[in-house]
Amino acid sequence: MKTFKLGGVHPPENKLSEKAPIEVLPLPSVVSIPLSQHLGAPASPVVAKGDKVKAGQLIAKGAGFISANIHSSASGTVAKIDDMPDSSGYRKKSIVINVEGDEWEEGIDLGSELIRECSLNPQEITAKVNEKGIVGMGGATFPSHVKLMVPPGKKAEVLIINGVECEPYLTSDHRLMLEKADEMLVGITIQMKALGVSKAIIGIENNKPDAIAHLKNKVKDYPGISVEALKVKYPQGGEKQLIKALINREVPSGKLPIEVGAVVHNVGTAFAVYEAVQKNKPLVERVVTVTGKNLKKPSNFLARIGTPVSALIEAAGGLPTDTGKVVNGGPMMGKAITSLEVPVTKGTSGILIFPEREAARKPVQNCIRCARCLNVCPMGLEPYLLSVLADRKRLEDCEAERIMDCIECGSCLYICPSGRPLLDQIRVGKAEVGNMIRKRSQH
Amino acid sequence: MSLLTVSGSPHVHDSQSVSKIMYGVVYSLIPAMLVSFYFFGLAAILLTLTAVISCMAVEYVIQKYLMKGPVTVFDGSAIITGILLAFNVPANLPLWMVVIGSAVAIGMGKMTFGGLGKNPFNPALVGRVFLMISFPVHMTNYPKPTAFSTQLTDIVTGPTPLAIMKESLQKGESVAEIIPQIPQYAQLFLGHMGGSMGEISAIAILLGGLFMAYKKLITWHIPVAYLGTVLAFTGIFWLIDPGYHFNPLYHLLSGGLMLGAVYMATDMVTSPMSPLGMLIFGIGCGVLTVVIRMFGAYPEGVAFSILIMNAFVPLINRGIKPKRFGEEVKNG
Ligand code: SF4
Ligand code: SF4
Repeated sequence: MKTFKLGGVHPPENKLSEKAPIEVLPLPSVVSIPLSQHLGAPASPVVAKGDKVKAGQLIAKGAGFISANIHSSASGTVAKIDDMPDSSGYRKKSIVINVEGDEWEEGIDLGSELIRECSLNPQEITAKVNEKGIVGMGGATFPSHVKLMVPPGKKAEVLIINGVECEPYLTSDHRLMLEKADEMLVGITIQMKALGVSKAIIGIENNKPDAIAHLKNKVKDYPGISVEALKVKYPQGGEKQLIKALINREVPSGKLPIEVGAVVHNVGTAFAVYEAVQKNKPLVERVVTVTGKNLKKPSNFLARIGTPVSALIEAAGGLPTDTGKVVNGGPMMGKAITSLEVPVTKGTSGILIFPEREAARKPVQNCIRCARCLNVCPMGLEPYLLSVLADRKRLEDCEAERIMDCIECGSCLYICPSGRPLLDQIRVGKAEVGNMIRKRSQH
Repeated sequence: MSLLTVSGSPHVHDSQSVSKIMYGVVYSLIPAMLVSFYFFGLAAILLTLTAVISCMAVEYVIQKYLMKGPVTVFDGSAIITGILLAFNVPANLPLWMVVIGSAVAIGMGKMTFGGLGKNPFNPALVGRVFLMISFPVHMTNYPKPTAFSTQLTDIVTGPTPLAIMKESLQKGESVAEIIPQIPQYAQLFLGHMGGSMGEISAIAILLGGLFMAYKKLITWHIPVAYLGTVLAFTGIFWLIDPGYHFNPLYHLLSGGLMLGAVYMATDMVTSPMSPLGMLIFGIGCGVLTVVIRMFGAYPEGVAFSILIMNAFVPLINRGIKPKRFGEEVKNG
């Protein structure tokens, strides 16, 4: 079975919610929609306090090429446009809407009937994806229309669809593949058309045999699309690792996948593209896994963007009393949140609840030079060395040791028996080296 | 609800810890320890206990009263140093010398550099070499293995097979004349030979090595490179002149080579980080060992070879980088 070659770890999978069908979460009474839910510039609001809005209505316009439109996820009145805490811990400008009823913008098809034919040309598809505010749903939230436009001089050969879901605990992509396979496959077909490629490969890790079987059966009706089972290994969902696993090409340091003729999209993004292009529906809701060992009812919810995390936890049986940490995203790359009132955003794939005893890290001890961090690094870096160099602010050395190649997958910190804060220090170092490089290019 | 913990990702961690790794090594040493208890009896037991207890005591005193930092004597690393030091000296070495050796191993070999993980040289070997230089007579006075000995004095001693080989060759005897004076392969393999306490049984050491590899405490690179180099190097000499040079198997199974290749050279703190670096390190150890055995003043060269290569580790780590992702672009 295929997988990537270099490094990788295998944390306990804990897919507690894999059997829980996607449930529609009831509308909350207030939604708080941040203007920056994507990589790139924040969107600028086009509504004002007191305005009446409908679900699916544009409320903020993407500012520039790498940015994304934002639509209201509910109908109601704009209560305020103000700085609100988001899952990153910072306060970000958000549009807060008091929900009244559930009235949708005209022209949005809310029916469940599958529409297979798409008559739009590639430019029109990309424009639609842009207009509907679609971003990468795997967590990176890179605006999708940008990834559907092949830069001049480059050629896309294959579309790679990420159904790996290599993060432990998370199951939202898994459920989507089982429950929305046709919509997703139409979405993939549309993306293939936009990119002008005749081939798409869906990579799925082998711990989801039902999804693999289901899709293998379904793709027979969709020419050019194939399904590949992959050996379970983290971080297989990393773009570079997935490309390596599926087509055995290595994206060079500092380059994008298109360099090797590949474009990678997540299964959730393919589904969102379907809804945008075929149903005219903007990205205003997403599947969120709510899970944790002591949670009563680990679930997968279809939640409106802007719903407070507390509402999802309530619907999953309430916050366990021994909760020590709540994470937005998966256990390997997710961010710990400080407040349960932060909203679900376009990039929220899961809410993970850790009991107190699992919230703390191992005590930090001396590095015993066991080389485990180096052996698991999927980028072939030396985390023990990078962390020391970063800590000593030896930025030139950090750069020479290719700190910018680090994909922040956390494998090094996961494996270190001494509990060294490897990735913490590398992250700081990366940011500083990034600044240094930017300054240099300005001179 | 109490306050939520906030820390950077990842939020899950492997269950491996420093002390689990160290105790894993301790457990892997048990077969070799039992063999030496069998052949050297009570003396070996006392020796091991003395070495382990003094190593831990020295570490405790230094951590508590000199460094005034956290005390980590129970993380298992001092126990390993103690056992390995005992393994590297003759079983009947006076116990007070063992105490001095332990103090040097831990004090000079480990704590002066800042403790576990910071020492460039293998502490047990530092202790051994110190004892070799300070007490050369006692350190080369090897007891003859006898089953279940409870004797502590008047033990029959004799030279190690390597010493016999070296001296006899220097006296001008041929290999054919020397062979009857030294143990056979099977005896070497099981441990029926004169030597340091823990180096005698190849099979017990290999067993421990396999256990460590299975538990992912060591990788194959260093032992294979080390033993392979010795085999190849001595094999070439043997093929050229079997009348003057010993069969490479003899080199492999005698002296401290097995112990050195499996336990001393693989010490993670003092060996290179990358697989290629480990191979280079192992080959270096092998070449130096053969050179010392064949041309040096001492019959055995394992300890010196490893210590010399320890000194090269920072250089190896700087020069040999792991294969980076996206480095060799062989696309297609
Ligand atoms: S976080 Fe960075 S340094 Fe650590 S294993 Fe992942 S890529 Fe390597
Ligand atoms: S995994 Fe931790 S202890 Fe091992 S070499 Fe890396 S930093 Fe050091």
